[in-house]
Formats: sequence, structure tokens, C-alpha cells
Amino acid sequence: MRALIYILCSALVVAVAYWAYTENYTTQASNRRVEELHRQIASEKEAIAIMRAEWAYLNRPERLAELADLNFERLQLVPLAAQHFAELETIPLPPRNIVIPNNPVSVSSDGGKQYP
Amino acid sequence: MRRTPLRPLAHVISAREQGENPDLIEARERAKRNQAAQVKTRVRAENRLLILGLAFIVGFGAVGGKMAYLASSTPAEPKEYVSGSQIINQRADILDRNGNVLATNMSTQALYAQPPLMVDPKKAADDLYLIFPDLDHKRLVRDFTSGKRKFIWIKKRLSPEQRQRVHDLGEPGLLFGNREMRLYPNGKLAAHILGGTRFGEEGVRAAEVIGVGGVEKYFDTMLRDPALEGSPLQLSIDLTAQSATRQVLEDGMRYMNAKGASSILMDVHTGEILSMVSLPDFDPNDRPRDAITGDPSDSPLFNRAAQGLYELGSTFKIFAAGVSLEKGLGNPQTMIDTTSPMKWGKFKIKDFKNYGPELSMEDVIMKSSNVGTARMAMAAGSSAQKRMLKDLGFFEAVPVELGEASRTKPLLPKNWSEISTITISYGHGISATPLHLATAYAMLANGGYQVKPTLQRLDTTDARGQRILSAQTSQQLMSMMRRVVGEEKGTATMGDVEGYEVAGKTGTADKPKPSGGYYEDKVIATFASVFPASNPKYALVVSLDEPEIEAVGEKRRTAGWTAVPVAAEVISRVAPILNLRPIAPKQQITYTSSDNQ
Repeated sequence: MRALIYILCSALVVAVAYWAYTENYTTQASNRRVEELHRQIASEKEAIAIMRAEWAYLNRPERLAELADLNFERLQLVPLAAQHFAELETIPLPPRNIVIPNNPVSVSSDGGKQYP
Repeated sequence: MRRTPLRPLAHVISAREQGENPDLIEARERAKRNQAAQVKTRVRAENRLLILGLAFIVGFGAVGGKMAYLASSTPAEPKEYVSGSQIINQRADILDRNGNVLATNMSTQALYAQPPLMVDPKKAADDLYLIFPDLDHKRLVRDFTSGKRKFIWIKKRLSPEQRQRVHDLGEPGLLFGNREMRLYPNGKLAAHILGGTRFGEEGVRAAEVIGVGGVEKYFDTMLRDPALEGSPLQLSIDLTAQSATRQVLEDGMRYMNAKGASSILMDVHTGEILSMVSLPDFDPNDRPRDAITGDPSDSPLFNRAAQGLYELGSTFKIFAAGVSLEKGLGNPQTMIDTTSPMKWGKFKIKDFKNYGPELSMEDVIMKSSNVGTARMAMAAGSSAQKRMLKDLGFFEAVPVELGEASRTKPLLPKNWSEISTITISYGHGISATPLHLATAYAMLANGGYQVKPTLQRLDTTDARGQRILSAQTSQQLMSMMRRVVGEEKGTATMGDVEGYEVAGKTGTADKPKPSGGYYEDKVIATFASVFPASNPKYALVVSLDEPEIEAVGEKRRTAGWTAVPVAAEVISRVAPILNLRPIAPKQQITYTSSDNQ
């Protein structure tokens, strides 16, 4: 009986030691992963910041006005004026069945992954 | 193990046969057993001691080993893995009221040299000079080869292309440091509001970015506060309105041959500044140095809207009318003596042209009679005038979030004599900024409540403070100012924008000479307006510095010919942008759609 307890106990010790050992290594691995993810998040954030800046730069009113002028033939855009306001009732509503694209594609300015 | 009995039968039988006592055998066996048990106990005790000793050795060894490890290893920061708690040491972004980016950061790199690490200092200097022709070649060679300098900053900001070219030199003594660069994607737009930044404390790895003007300076601590986790600063500015205003103003300034221009657009109910332009302006990405010589007001850094103190001329007349109405001295139809010239001591007050012996109060404003206004001011008295101007904010710097504005106190007469009361009633002898004027007009227009001008977006649509005028006075002043624009004989007929019921008052003030006296041919033309008059929403002040235009056969400088048409263009462009529906002329509502016939 005693021997059995001893055996069981030592088996338990071995099992617990193994568990602690694996836990230790999984923790270390996930720490490394977290660190890696943090780095990745930081670089993604930086990329987003750069894209935001790029977006703001490309959409600066000065440039948009120039583009509207250049493409006047096709787009016929003019500055918003008082006579562009209309009563809601006078506008024909668009048809109800609007198609929503079911495969949205994420687009970045240069394929993303450029910032080490 | 076979257990030996205490009295083995074989021994007992043979002992009995020989006549011995079998008890002796038992005693012998018992002694043998006891001995064995003793040995066993001692061995066990010894083993236990050994294990205990080992346990102590392992325990103390572990502690000692850890101590030795700690003593010999280099200390490291404990790491905390909690997502979202990282410190953001970037300067916060600045956004407009709709979330468009006005200022953000870009990471870039600075170039520095460590000559002791260099392989070929002379060649490095030559190659660097090829990449950056603006560097001083001789000095570079001297610094690199003298052996005295250990560390030299070469460039504060590199473009990625420049960095690659320097990198390609393969010189180990040329090194890069990370830098955060402030970027203003809209360039010159809103330059005076944003101000600009420069590098503060510089290290190899990073450098501080410090605001040097505008909101960048005013909110510097807030923008740099890591505790706010980079939450952006949202301004009251509307990017589109600002852009349209700047464009119109720039064209207007060129067309009117003015040397400077400024405009302010303010929400009359909240005091939020939706656009503020001062021309000439500058690019905050490449902010020019502060002018040390010459007139600071000629520098493009000078914010005419918030820093420029000007005599604002006849735009002040409406305040005199306000004082009279508030004191109950009359109503818009009350007749006022306008016999010109009016003599006061040794002074003579004249009108632009003679308007006859008397005009009603609303006609005094509409035709802009100095004499009529002076009479109203004299009748109301100087203390009432002072109280009104004080309530409207003309005694203090504008409490807006700009360091430039808070340093700009209006110039008031030291001794407020009766002649001061007279001249101030038509806007001379008192100098204030266009921003003061816009704030005052906002207060007249919003029903007579004080508002605090602000550059920060407010979440409310009504931030009116204390009442300073009765609602009736406010409404009467509005209809008087509407006549200035809407009636054929008003001074600002060119300002009538269809659908927006512009109300306003012109002001043309001769510029003072630095040596004293006034220029004959240099004026500041100002148009202060509010729209729409029936339900005022916005106040707009447009001011042109030294405008001059050839029109209908003669040179024109008055505001009615210069600032007013520019302001009208601003309103017609900006009002739709601000989603202000035009008001249809009464009884003329027509629908173009076939559904409504």
C-alpha cells in the first residue's frame, strides 16, 4: 500500500514537473510572440500613420481643386454654390436594390510590408 | 526474507534432550533481532540526515547561485505584457472639425558623423558634399580630418532617397538617428493657426519636437503628454471652408492690389472660429525664421487676423447705434442732426459727402455718416460707450488659444476725453484686431450674448454667456446692418449674396504713418458682416491692407469697392460648404421639378 502511494506520488511529481516545464516554455514562447506582435503592431501603426499622412497630403484641398479643374471635361465639377441646394421631394430616389460587393479587397498604397 | 521464529522447534527439542533451558534460546534469538533492528534504525537515521543535508545544500545552493547570477549579470528592465498600455511618445495629431488631418508625424532620420570611426574621412567629406551641395565642404573636411571632433550633426532631416545614397557610401563613421518629423499635409493652409514646430533637445536616438507658434505652441504640453495616449487635438477649423476662404482672399488680394489681407469666419452662437486666414502666409513645414530686422508686421509669420492692431473705422459705428438703442435714446427711425462739418473745440468732423441736415439713425448707419455717429455718441455719453466696448471685448486681448493673440492688447486712448468718445464712435483713436471685431459682431448677432472665441471644437451648438444687449436691440442692429447691404444707397451693396441675407458694415480707415499723422492714399478696408440676417449664424470679417482698384473711371480704396466684393465672394463660396441653405426670396418659391407643378 505504502509503495503504491510512493509510486503514485513520484509519478505525480514527475507529471507536475513536466507540466511546469512545458508551462514555462509555453509562457516564454507566448511572451516572445507577444513581443513580436507588439513590434508588428508598432510597425503597422507606423505604416497606418504614414498612409494617413499620405492620404491627407493627396487629399489636400489645393490638389483636389487642381484635379477637378484638370478633369473638368469628364467630371464637370464646380465649387458648391447656393443654387445646388434642392428640396428633397424634387430628387428622384435611387432604386432600392443596391448591390453590395461581397468580396471586399483591402488595398494599401504599396503592398504594406515595407517598414522594417 | 524468511522470518526466524523466536523459539525454533528443532532447537527447542534438541535443547530439551540435552536438559538445557529452552528460554535461553529465545533470549538469544531476541537479542539477535534487537541488534538487527538497531542497525536498521541507525542506517535509516543516517540516510535521513543525508537527505536533509542534501536538501539544505540544494536550497542554499539555489539561493547562492541566484545571488551569484544576479551579481554577475547586467540588470534588465522587467517586462510587462499588457496590451494597450504602451507609452505613445509621439506628438498628437491635430485635426479639423470634421477629422481631416491638419498636422501629423512622419518618421525620418537624421545624419551624424563620428570621425574616429571613419575609414577615409577625406573621401567621406567629398562624397557627402556631392549628395548635399548645401553643406560647407571645407568645414566638413576640417571637422572630419582634424581628429578633434568626435561627433558632428550633419543633417537634421533626410529624405529616404538621401538616406539610401548616404548608406550606399558604406562609410562606418556616418550614422543615422531616428527622428520624428512634424508634417502639415495642407501646406500653407491654416499656417497661422497651426504655427509650426522645431526640434528641442536632441539625442542620437530621438529628438523632442517643440511647438513654436499658433496652436502647436499653445497646446504644446497637451500635445506631448504621453498620458493622453496620442488622442488628437480637434480644432474648430473647417478645412474646406478654410481652403475656399484662403483661395478667394488670395485672388481678391491680388485683384485689389492689396499688400495683405485677413479674414475670420466665426460661429456667432459658440464663438468657434471656422476659418481664419492671414495673407501673406508661409509653409509651416518649412517655417521661416522670425524676422529680427524691419517691421514684424511685414513678415509672413505675422498673423494679421489675430495680431494686427488696426483702426477699424466705420465698422465701429454700429456699436454707437447699439449704445443709443440700449439706453433708450431712440429707435432706428429717430432723426439725428448730421449738419457737416460738426465743430467740437478745435476739431472739425466731416462726412465723406454732405448728407443734409438730418438723417434717421438707420440711415446714419446705412450711409455711414461720421457726424451722425458722433452726435449719437455724445448723446449717449462716454461711460456708456466704454461699457459697451468693454462688454464686446475691446479692452482686453482676445482670449483665443493663440499665444500671438494673447500678447496683442488693443490700443486705447490713455485719456478718454470727449473728442476720444467722438472719434472712437466711428472707429478712430482705438486699434483692435480683426478678431476683436469678428467677436464683437458675433455678440451683436447672436441675440446680444457674450461669446468666447475659440479654436477648439465644441460639442455644443450654443456656448453663449452673459447677456449684454437686449434681444430687441440685437434684432434692430441686424436690420440696420441688413440695410447697409441690401438697400440701393447702402455702402456695401456689392456684398449682397442672393439667398444669404448678408448684413454688415463697411469701414475704411486711413493708415497711420509711423512718424505720426495719416497717409492720404493708404487705407485699411474692412467689411464686418453677419449672415443670414433673419437668423444669424456666422460672422465674417474681411480686411484688406492698402487695396486700390481702378473702377468706373477712378481709383477706389473704400471698403465698399474692395473688401465688400471679396467678402461677398467668400460668403457665396463658404455658406454652401457650411451646409447653410439659401433663403428663398419671399413669395417666389419655385420648384423646378415636374412633380411640383
